Order: sequence, then structure tokens, then C-alpha cells
Amino acid sequence: MSSDRRPLAVTLAPPLFWLLLFFLVPLAVVWAYSFGRNAGLTEIEISGTFANYARTLEPLYLGIFLKSAGVAGLTTLICLVAGFPVALAITFASDRAKTWLLLLVMLPFWTNLLIRTYALIAVLRDEGYVNFTLEWIWARLGSIWTLPPFVPLELLHNNAAVIFGLVYVHLPFMVLPLYSALDRLDRSLIEASLDLGAGQLRTMLRVVVPLALPGIISGIVITFIPALGAYLTPDLLGGPDSQMIANVIERQFKRANDWPFGAALSFILMYLTLIMIAVQAMTEKRKAR
Amino acid sequence: MKRPVKRPVKRPPAGPLEYLRRWPLRLWLLAVFAFLYIPLFTLVAFSFNDSKRNIVWRGFTLDWYGKALTDESLLTAFGNSLTIALLSTIVSVVLGALAAIALWRFRFPGRTLFEGAMALPIVVPEICMGVAMLVFFARVLPWPQNLVWPFNLGAIVISHISFSFPFVAVVVRARLASFNREEEEAARDLGASDWQALRDVLIPHLKPSLIAGALLAFTLSLDDFVITFFTSGPDTITFPVKVYSMVRFSVTPEVNAASTLLLLLTVVLTVVALRFQKPAEIAH
Repeated sequence: MSSDRRPLAVTLAPPLFWLLLFFLVPLAVVWAYSFGRNAGLTEIEISGTFANYARTLEPLYLGIFLKSAGVAGLTTLICLVAGFPVALAITFASDRAKTWLLLLVMLPFWTNLLIRTYALIAVLRDEGYVNFTLEWIWARLGSIWTLPPFVPLELLHNNAAVIFGLVYVHLPFMVLPLYSALDRLDRSLIEASLDLGAGQLRTMLRVVVPLALPGIISGIVITFIPALGAYLTPDLLGGPDSQMIANVIERQFKRANDWPFGAALSFILMYLTLIMIAVQAMTEKRKAR
Repeated sequence: MKRPVKRPVKRPPAGPLEYLRRWPLRLWLLAVFAFLYIPLFTLVAFSFNDSKRNIVWRGFTLDWYGKALTDESLLTAFGNSLTIALLSTIVSVVLGALAAIALWRFRFPGRTLFEGAMALPIVVPEICMGVAMLVFFARVLPWPQNLVWPFNLGAIVISHISFSFPFVAVVVRARLASFNREEEEAARDLGASDWQALRDVLIPHLKPSLIAGALLAFTLSLDDFVITFFTSGPDTITFPVKVYSMVRFSVTPEVNAASTLLLLLTVVLTVVALRFQKPAEIAH
């Protein structure tokens, strides 16, 4: 390597400059605001107060944090249960089938989030396709027996719709890391387990799952983090009581105009995210050792 | 009692690891893919439906495409999205490639710190980055209002670059791992300058990852709603932000048509991406 520092400066300076100015500085400003208080309509005085953080512990906001974690957790669990067999099938598929199945998993992943959410609204709303189909069946049944008039199911604007939507959006996030982990597995171990008399289920639970655990954990983290911070899904599919933490943050920065409090909320969300990533990195490192 | 005679099977029975040939698993796959695709298929199908109610099939029409393609505000939003994605992609590829080369090639104080900081935009929740950009462009670097197009999109483009270029850096670094440094040394021994070695040896090797990174950056930018939502003003609406405001009011076939067009663009981009990288590689 040459002692000349110019090539280093030329390659490092632009991305470093960009990262500092257009990413770290904005975050630092929000961080500073989280210790401030509103002094006037647009002025924020950074007074070093912890009052904003104390406010996040109020039952209302703590409840929303817990609820968000619960919703994200349930979403992750459903994704894991639904996605694991898919990842397994892809792993042991022929090369041709593998390419197609991966493409099928990835295509929704590349599709615009808004389009996917809109598609769900069209399916679930009162005049949506699900209710339309049910109404049709109801009418057919009504020609045989006398039935009360059809009342559309309220599938939209509730917590179940939010979880449905989050699973819909995040399923590929789970399948891809699971596939990646299962694909690296030593197949002879599975074959050995089956040959030695363990059943498929026992082999799955005692051999495959422990070996693929780092991949499973990374799938859980990769799914849980965006689900926890989801804004659009609860906003469009949820009802008045299905707000998640991101919706509260948005409100502080827009309608409620309480930036310091919003800043504190978003930094708590950020700390939670970073802690989860650190834990995941540590389990991965321990496994690698 | 006589057992039914088994017909000879064409294929051998499924091996213990051929999970794809077991029917419970096939059923499971079918259910998952139906879940993923039925909403999208209905969205596309009803963009051709000759009914405002958008629910009963009344016959084939292209009217909604005509409506969507003559809707001034929708077209502006679409154009904005594509412009932002294009500008953001160009800068992201350059910055991402430079960052990847710097991390791969040099040792410098704070290298680990830089590496960690580069991972941050990938992992930070969108909403946090969105509010950070809102605050930044409101207080630190107020983006002038009423600039001529495309300069009015500057704040959005800058935010998109910030979350895209670290992704490009990851893709390029993966490719750099397979670069044989002796090739570059040979070029230098033969008299190539730094710049020539970069242009004629390293860049050609990196080309597939640059293209893959560019497609990734383009899709990320086109897809983004949350961060754009916080940085866009009334005259800088992007396609997702426009669809968001339309969806809040009602579900109309016009939105279906516009979405189908974007969906088509996504499929084309994915197919192009696959020409450069196998899905199995992307998945890893």
C-alpha cells in the first residue's frame, strides 16, 4: 500500500461527508431536541431536561409501546410459522423450482408498499372482495333458507387488519434469511438423523432448528424491527385504537407540534432497535466461534 | 380381502429431503402464495373493469388507464418519483462504490466506526430517519421553496441518497471480496496510474455489483413512502405520497390502473436484476 494518502482521501471523503452531513447531523439534531422543551411556537430550547423521556413512561405512551411490541411480536410469530415451511421447501427444491420460488417470494418484496397496502384495502373493506364473495354466498343460501339481510364483516380498521397487513408486508423478510440459513445447512446431518430412526418432526425440532438458529434469530430480528416501527399499515388499515408508536411520533412532529417529545419517542424506538441488533450480532458471533 | 393393485408410478417416491414433493407442504406453499398474490392479482384485474364501483366485473376497458394517464397531478407525481429515483441512484452508486472501496482497500483510524455508521441508515427505523430529515430541512438547511423543477426535489433526493448508498456499498463490498488484487498490481507494474488501474481493472470487475446496486437504489427510492412523506411539500408530491392521499379518500379504479403501471415497472426491473444476479445470490 502506498504511503500516499491521496487515494484514501479521494475515496473516503465523499461518502464520509455525505453520511455526516445528511444522516448523522439530522439524527444528532433530533437527539438534541429530545432534551429540549418548546419555547414559543417554533422555537425549541435545548435545556438538557429529561422531562420528554419521563413523559414516554406515562401509561398512555408506555401502553402504546407495549401494544406496538405485541403487534410486531405476533406478526413475527405468524411470519415465522408461515414462512418456515416455505423456506424449507425452497431449500430442498430443484434448481429450476428454486429460482422460480425465490422470484415469487421476492416480487412482492420489490413491489411498492403503498400498492400492496392499497391492494389489501380493496380486498378487506366493507364493499371489498371478501365481503362481496360472502354476500354472494349468503344470497345463494338465502334462496334455500330464510336468512336475515347480509351485514358486511368489518375486516378493515381494526387490530386484526393491522396484523394481517403487517404479515402480508413482512413475510418475505422472514423467508429470505430462513432460506439463507437452511441452504447452508449440512444435509448429511439431516439424512443421518432420518437414517438413525428419528422421524421428520423430531429431525426438524432436534437437528434442523438448532442448526439454523442463527438464521431464525436474524429472520426474527429483520421482521420484528420494521414491524415495530411500521407507520403506513396501522395508519391505513388500523382503526382509532390501533395506533402504533410510529403514528404517535408522526403526530408529535405534525399535528401536535411537540418536537421534543416526538424526538424522545423516536430515540427510544431507535435504542430498542439498536439493542435488538446488538443482541443478534452477539448470538451470531457466539455461534461462529 | 384383495388389496387394490398398485399402478406403476412414473417417478420414484419422494425422497426424505424432497419436501417440495410432499402434499401438505405443497398445500402450505399454495396457501402462502395465494395470500401474497391474490390481492395483487385482483388489483391488476380490476384496473381493466368497466365499472366505477370496482367490485363487480362489468367487462373489459382501458378507460382507467386513459384517465390515469391524463390526470395531471398523477402524472406529475409519477414523473417526480422517476426523477428522484434516477438522481438518487446515480449519486448513491458513486458514493456507495467509493465507500466500499475505501473500506476494502485502506486501513485508517476510525475505520470500524465508519463501518458501523454506514450500517446505521440500513437499520434505523424509517420513521426515525423521516423525522430527522424533516427537522434537518426545516431548521438546519432550509430547502428554498418555489425552486424550478427538478431543484425543488432536492431535499427528497438528498434523503433518498442517504438511505440508499449504504445498501449499494454492501452489494459492492460483497463483489470486492472476489477481486484478485494481483490484477491491479500487475496493471501498475505495467505502468498504469492509480486512475487507470481503477478504470480499466477494478471497475470492470465491479460492474455487475454496480448494476445490481443501482437497481436496488432505484427500487428503494421508488418504493419509499415514509421518509418522502416527511420531506415532501405541496408541490413536490411523489407517486406513493399521491396514492396515499387518494387512498385516504376512496378506492377508485384509476388508482388500480396507476398502480398496475408501477407494478409492471417493478416486474421489469426485477427481471433485469435477475439477469445480473441469480435470486439465490440475492437471497444470501
